[in-house]
Amino acid sequence: MEKVKVKLLTGRTIDQGTSKEHGKLSSEYQESVAICEIDPSDLKELALKQNSNIKISTKCGSVVVKAIESKRAPHPKVIYMPYGLWANLLIDSQTHGTGMPSFKGIPAYMEPAPDSNVLSLPELLKQVFKKG
Amino acid sequence: MSVIENVTCPVCGTLCDDLAVTVEDGFITDVKNACAIGEAKFMNFSNPNHRNLKPLIRKEGELVETSLEEAVRKSAEILVASSYPILYGWSCTGCESIRVGIELAEEVGGVIDNTSTVCHGPSILAIQDVGIPTCTLGQIRHRADLIVYWASDPYSAHPRHLERYTSFSGGRFQKSEWEHYVARLRGILGRKRISRTSERMLTKDVSMPAISGEKLPPYFETKKRKLIVVDVRKTRSAEHADFFMQVEPNKDFELLQAMRLLVKDGELEVEEVAGIPVDLMEDVVDTMIGCDFGVIFFGVGLTMSAGKHQNINSAIALTQDLNFRTKFSIMPMRGHFNVAGANIVSTWQTGYPFAVDFSQGFPRYNPGETSVVDILRRDQADAGLIIASDPVSNFPKKAAENLVKNPLIAIDPVISPTTLMADVVFPASFVGIETEGTAYRMDRVPLPMKKLVEPPQNCQSDKVILTRILEQVRLIKKENELG
Repeated sequence: MEKVKVKLLTGRTIDQGTSKEHGKLSSEYQESVAICEIDPSDLKELALKQNSNIKISTKCGSVVVKAIESKRAPHPKVIYMPYGLWANLLIDSQTHGTGMPSFKGIPAYMEPAPDSNVLSLPELLKQVFKKG
Repeated sequence: MSVIENVTCPVCGTLCDDLAVTVEDGFITDVKNACAIGEAKFMNFSNPNHRNLKPLIRKEGELVETSLEEAVRKSAEILVASSYPILYGWSCTGCESIRVGIELAEEVGGVIDNTSTVCHGPSILAIQDVGIPTCTLGQIRHRADLIVYWASDPYSAHPRHLERYTSFSGGRFQKSEWEHYVARLRGILGRKRISRTSERMLTKDVSMPAISGEKLPPYFETKKRKLIVVDVRKTRSAEHADFFMQVEPNKDFELLQAMRLLVKDGELEVEEVAGIPVDLMEDVVDTMIGCDFGVIFFGVGLTMSAGKHQNINSAIALTQDLNFRTKFSIMPMRGHFNVAGANIVSTWQTGYPFAVDFSQGFPRYNPGETSVVDILRRDQADAGLIIASDPVSNFPKKAAENLVKNPLIAIDPVISPTTLMADVVFPASFVGIETEGTAYRMDRVPLPMKKLVEPPQNCQSDKVILTRILEQVRLIKKENELG
């Protein structure tokens, strides 16, 4: 399947805000953070359904999350991930002398990942940091 | 049962101080006036499944329970043995703890940085460049007749901001726009019904009037208190707005500079800038010039995208330009409840608001060099103390990897990826729920945080934990000096 070039935005959502108060190991947190909001036209182009697994890649790495049809459309070729470990694995730590990495407007690719799983927080921590 | 009134909410920089919390037998059973996030915090903070309830220490790769004394001793040993430790977090704790943290950073010759480094750090750089015409939120509630949220989604990050300080708040000289908004919603619902019916009967789409587009809506000119949202997507806040401008990602700087030109009666020789038609931009700028008192609230959409502090420079310069034509103010939408306090305490103690390096025995400040993400990217730190924050979740991958591979101390009431990766974990109490303290609102107004219930048995306040580590560090250093 061909990769689609997009711009990745990361940010807050009200669900991310409330679910983190239930605990970052809770299922509510994973369901609200390990997601990617995608424009309906892009979902159609990739023949993806709601909650399908999708792989997002940047030059820093890749992660598999659930694809969610965006309610904030239209924003074709712009995808949105809530703040959290899943999104931040895609972020470059370069700050260009400001102290601030670029968390928004990042060149990225997305592709369907029907054979990959969305890792839970403990699984992801173990895979990335080899600790815990 | 007792109801504690006027409780300050320990969630976001809006710092709502009108909550009413019901306490029964030492447990919080109800909270009134809080937003969804505030309510979730008050009703779930004591859930033992996500609390750190005992001090933990890593032995043979596993976190095991330990005594507070051993956790303090181990932490002090880590900090004394390191040559360039980072002390990071500070925005979800009280000013009293931050003061002790700065003393500790000086004692161990480390770098103390707060979460503004990955939040509004670029805003601070811009303010240091060009100053900031700002005011308190009370002034805005009473007087502002034009509210602009730029790259900020208060509905998601500061849910009661609109209700308490801007469009939906009633001030002495400005009325709440709530009724107008409800009427508009009713209108939209009615039009949706008509649209659906007509689609079925006539196969014809009768769309509702867009709040975004190439022209301002017809009622815009006569409306008293106006709300404009500028963002890269139609956020939930944009749905509340009288008008929404959708700017292309990473193009805010161009749009702000173009608007500055129009404020100065210049002419643009292009059709559009950053996806916004020039004609529309002229109408928006006319609205800004025509208001009595306007305010721009800007979010991390400006600080985190291309341009970073230059975007904020430009937004502040636009506000300064507008002040030659009318009265205008600008304010960053600060995220965590005491991130402004972290900057303020750091400034009055060291002279600098964040990224303060004590490695040479005196405070040094050079974001890009002494900021935590850069130190971690260059892999220069050799230990970390994290308090009231979760950088393992929130830092870019490379920075988080380099943080985790060094000895790591975490002070946090809750279990987080950072505490799961730490080598020493202190169970802290919640400031504003289990411990009193002081926090600064986004407009730099200090507010008291109340103690409502007792913390669990082994949970100490951040200030107590830090003070004990500081004392132990001084003891070990003295022992080392005596040989």
